[in-house]
Amino acid sequence: MKDTVLNTTTKPEVASLPTAPRDIWPLILVPALALLMLPLVGSFPTWITLTVAGLAMGMMIFIMASGLTLIFGLMDVLNFGHGAFVSVGAFVATLVLLPMHGWMEADSLLMNLTALGLAILLAMLATGLLGWAFERIIIMPVYGQHLKQILITMGGMIVAEQMINVIWGAEQIPLPLPTSLRGSILLGDAAIEKYRLIAVVVGLLVFVAMFLVLNRSKLGLLIRAGVENGEMVEALGYRIRRLFVLVFAAGSALAGLGGVMWGLYKESLTAAMGGDIMVMVFIVIIIGGLGSVGGCFIGALLMALVANYAGFLAPKLALVSNILLMIAVLLWRPTGLYTVVRR
Amino acid sequence: MSEAILTLAGVHTHIGEYHILQGVDMQVPRGGLSVLLGRNGAGKTTTLRTIMGLWKASQGKIHFDGRDITGMATPDIAQLGIAYVPESMAIFSDLTVKENLLLAARNGPLDSSRVEWICGFFPALKKFWNYPAGNLSGGQKQMVAIARAIVEPRKLILVDEPTKGLAPAIILSLMAAFNELKASDTTILLVEQNFNFVRKLGDTVAVMDDGRVVHTGGMQALAEDNDLQQHLLGLSLAAHQ
Repeated sequence: MKDTVLNTTTKPEVASLPTAPRDIWPLILVPALALLMLPLVGSFPTWITLTVAGLAMGMMIFIMASGLTLIFGLMDVLNFGHGAFVSVGAFVATLVLLPMHGWMEADSLLMNLTALGLAILLAMLATGLLGWAFERIIIMPVYGQHLKQILITMGGMIVAEQMINVIWGAEQIPLPLPTSLRGSILLGDAAIEKYRLIAVVVGLLVFVAMFLVLNRSKLGLLIRAGVENGEMVEALGYRIRRLFVLVFAAGSALAGLGGVMWGLYKESLTAAMGGDIMVMVFIVIIIGGLGSVGGCFIGALLMALVANYAGFLAPKLALVSNILLMIAVLLWRPTGLYTVVRR
Repeated sequence: MSEAILTLAGVHTHIGEYHILQGVDMQVPRGGLSVLLGRNGAGKTTTLRTIMGLWKASQGKIHFDGRDITGMATPDIAQLGIAYVPESMAIFSDLTVKENLLLAARNGPLDSSRVEWICGFFPALKKFWNYPAGNLSGGQKQMVAIARAIVEPRKLILVDEPTKGLAPAIILSLMAAFNELKASDTTILLVEQNFNFVRKLGDTVAVMDDGRVVHTGGMQALAEDNDLQQHLLGLSLAAHQ
């Protein structure tokens, strides 16, 4: 039957209802911070460079953190092993990138992106499958037991790191950027690294894709409803366990994508790279509000921008800027920028 | 009395170390509205949750529409045609009214004529169609919870204390809704403490105490027998009026 009621254009009367809260303050934070920093930085080109660098870093952290926040929100799982998927993703990408060295070094943007695309595809596939197995074997026995989740997922990460060392060796692996993505483009006097622009675009694409899936599809409805009350989703006739596996695998695949992006950004890989970045990832999902993808996005951008500006204006402060930002946000909003309603 | 759509035979449920249901025997006739009464802690909510598979029966059998559903997973039970409206309502606050109903429509898009039918007795739903359900009042949330249960035809609807904390006007709306559902041949099992509410609606009644069903029969008979009410519920109907 036709869904005519759904498409009704009649505007509901709002007089008797408290205004639907449109919480815009967190959305304002990122542009407000950037604009506030302009006079402090002093030079416009430097400000542009710092801002784009911060946005790029933030997007990459968002890619890695978005899966984790969704996993926590939907499954109530504290996955301290999420970093393993970052490392595995980056290392699996080398299985394509190193043999396709010629394509990466070629002066053709198409060849560069083909090699990169294949590497990302393989990394996401591998980490998605690994995530599926991780959820079935490691996570499933400890649902609802947070302490055991922390211990077993940290154990899982240690095992994954050691397996990387066994397979790829303990040495750092260089991962140069493809030729077309090296160097900078000049925007007036501001130099912007090409790769950072790519990172911003990829991060935005991931965010838009997640936004559309979560808000414009039945799967997204199920995920959002499951975050709030998984039991009721089951009572409506949906198997939330299947949703759990899907979200865990998707979150792991995103971590794998983030790992490839981060590895190229750093231009080198170590088995511990995923574990090293987890502190930032956890700060981001706490700032954003556990379970909130939108909050995670803003939190990641905020944290990266603050780190970049602080690194330029007060390098010593940069060491603690993440923690200071988290304290400030939690003093303002103790459950993070966006609170996810949970049963 | 028509054949039973739902039968509980010697059902026991343990929650942790607590033995809540201690051999529930009950039959819900097909069609009409059956009421489950009892004081707080008698095991009414546990009975509904055990039927839905949200808590597992440790002993006994539950048959629905000729099938043994004891031990089945909750989604499988729901897919057999049982809808559940918990006492907490459990609406999805971040989702709009429309999205709450869309989610409950497992078999595809919303049936517009059915939505119109539901909005006929719950007009507020249409009014706040695109609003987050978390912003609605308690009564409106209850409407969403019930609308979600009936947005597609179901064989049996389990409703847990729908009038709790609601204003009289909303209770009247709910009463109209249940009468409509009864007229549409939907079977309803209603847990309630508001005897005055169910007295006018119920066809059959079961009274629980200490995890067991201690009385079953027609609602009319119970409504007319003050001594029986006093004996079973500890309160006479007059006390509610």
